[in-house]
Amino acid sequence: MHMADALLSPAVAGVMIGASAVAAGVSIVKLRKEEKTELEPTIKKLPTMAVMAALVFAGQMINYTIPGTGSSGHLCGGMMLTGLLGPYAGFLSMIVVLLIQCLFFADGGLMAIGANVWNMAFYGCFIGYFLIYRPIMRSGWFRGMGLRGANRLKIIISSILGCVITLQLGAFSVVLETSISGITNLPFGAFVALMQPIHLAIGLVEGLITAAVLMFVYEMRPELLKDVQTDETVKGRASIKGTLISLAVVALLVGGGLSLLASSHPDGLEWSLFGNREEGYAENMGLDEDDYGIASDMADSAAAVQDKTSFLPDYAFAGDSENPAGTTVSGIVGCAIVAAVAALLCLVAGFFRKRKRINEQG
Amino acid sequence: MNKAEKAEREILAIDGMSKGDSAVHRMSPLSKLLLTIVYIVITVSFNKYDITGIFIMILFPVVGYVASGVPVSTAFWKLRIVLPLVCAVGIINPFLDREILFYLGNIGVSGGVVSFITLLMKGVFSLLASFLLVSTTPVEEICRALRQVHFPKILTSLFLLTFRYVHVLLEEVSIMTDAYHLRSPGQKGIHISAWGSFLGQLILRSSDRAGQLYDSMLLRGFQGEFYYAKGRKSAAYSWPVAIICIALAVTFRFLNIAAIFGGVII
Repeated sequence: MHMADALLSPAVAGVMIGASAVAAGVSIVKLRKEEKTELEPTIKKLPTMAVMAALVFAGQMINYTIPGTGSSGHLCGGMMLTGLLGPYAGFLSMIVVLLIQCLFFADGGLMAIGANVWNMAFYGCFIGYFLIYRPIMRSGWFRGMGLRGANRLKIIISSILGCVITLQLGAFSVVLETSISGITNLPFGAFVALMQPIHLAIGLVEGLITAAVLMFVYEMRPELLKDVQTDETVKGRASIKGTLISLAVVALLVGGGLSLLASSHPDGLEWSLFGNREEGYAENMGLDEDDYGIASDMADSAAAVQDKTSFLPDYAFAGDSENPAGTTVSGIVGCAIVAAVAALLCLVAGFFRKRKRINEQG
Repeated sequence: MNKAEKAEREILAIDGMSKGDSAVHRMSPLSKLLLTIVYIVITVSFNKYDITGIFIMILFPVVGYVASGVPVSTAFWKLRIVLPLVCAVGIINPFLDREILFYLGNIGVSGGVVSFITLLMKGVFSLLASFLLVSTTPVEEICRALRQVHFPKILTSLFLLTFRYVHVLLEEVSIMTDAYHLRSPGQKGIHISAWGSFLGQLILRSSDRAGQLYDSMLLRGFQGEFYYAKGRKSAAYSWPVAIICIALAVTFRFLNIAAIFGGVII
């Protein structure tokens, strides 16, 4: 994904150098702030950052056999550096790795360094850390598996997700930067279709390698990894409350916000049964929406019960199916019902598990 | 020879070349850095159909390589890394842009072919320029030049330290890879069962090494910045040469000298 100078116009390269310089400036300022709060001087971090950057560079020379394919992959290192050093120190270390690659191996151009830093280091270190690695590592996921098991699973998920997503973003940026520079006659869509799938596979392999390496470090020296939960951090956190609140917010957003976007057109099954007269598909199975199925007393009684109990027919307030607010409220209520059912299931399962344990002990 | 060993040799070769002595080596690092950046910016700013205009830019690297004695073959060997992506992006141009721009005898040359060749030229020329910079200027000197233009000291210090440690870690990776392959003959890479432990062990050792390194740096009076011993004196012609070259490059950008000469001769 390293871009050569020839693939960028000076204007685009200048903008990318500016953007990367801002990110580097922020990283330096944040490191200095951390110096004050953590009482650890930045110069103490310097050797660690340098050795880790050199390690990532050297680590890229290792070929990893991909089982069942006969080919091999290698590490890029953005997510790994983030997991080991944090976003700011990781970002600066990645800049140095990219500079060495550019100057000594012609891997990426000197003028394109801003774009390469943005595409590989910025996404890997900042997006990868703040939106993927940290939220997952600090979450209360997989608590039932015990602290060690949960941490291991979270490392695997955050590494794979982080590498795949940040590489996709990086590849998309390459396409965007090259297209804006007016270098290629290749249509934007075709270029995207060419780049994204290749980098999906690369991201997946890199994610697996990163996960394997970080898991090993976690097993041997967990203190070297950022944001890994220990017994103390788990106890100190109001995790159930926090998790429930965040889940509730997500549910409200999804149910309330996205349901406004829900299609008012019939779904596939409805469409095939009743057609859609407005769209000119009246035929299909030729059923009448208000009068179909097998007529029987039992079916009529069931329909009457359903009419009485469903307080949000067709996911809206009764008698006001055109009102978007009705759809929104229905979405929120629907989420609440699902959450209640899920909570009930957990309670029931917990009750039976507890009973089983008591029986075993008895 | 494994990949890590090859990489280490490449770095050592460039580092060795940068310590040579020639008219280009003696130029001030900052003037060379500035000239290289301006040259690359001007080269890539040529219009994609301006094949005759961009061609004259080859003069700068040719003069630079001749004056410095750096083997141009080493730079061309580096093109194996740059050219695949450049070709992948540009190869489609001849198929999509078929409008004939000019005729060479009876053969019509389309805009796509011209833009593809121009793209290749941009890629080759900019690589030649940046390679000339690193092969005639030691890393310490480049960092000193960067500090002169107020580049953050944390980045220059990090760059220097990383550059020194790259050798150590490449050597370690090389030894580990050889040892692994001697115990698993015929295997192409590292087996999935060792994915984590192979690099993971190196991380643990490197982490300890970083601590020792910090202690030894403190013992030598390190306080956040490397102090650069004044290297050899830069030649007096550094800045005049750099300014003349920049002026010439800007002139070539706006005046198609090749076309003017051609017109005069014809």
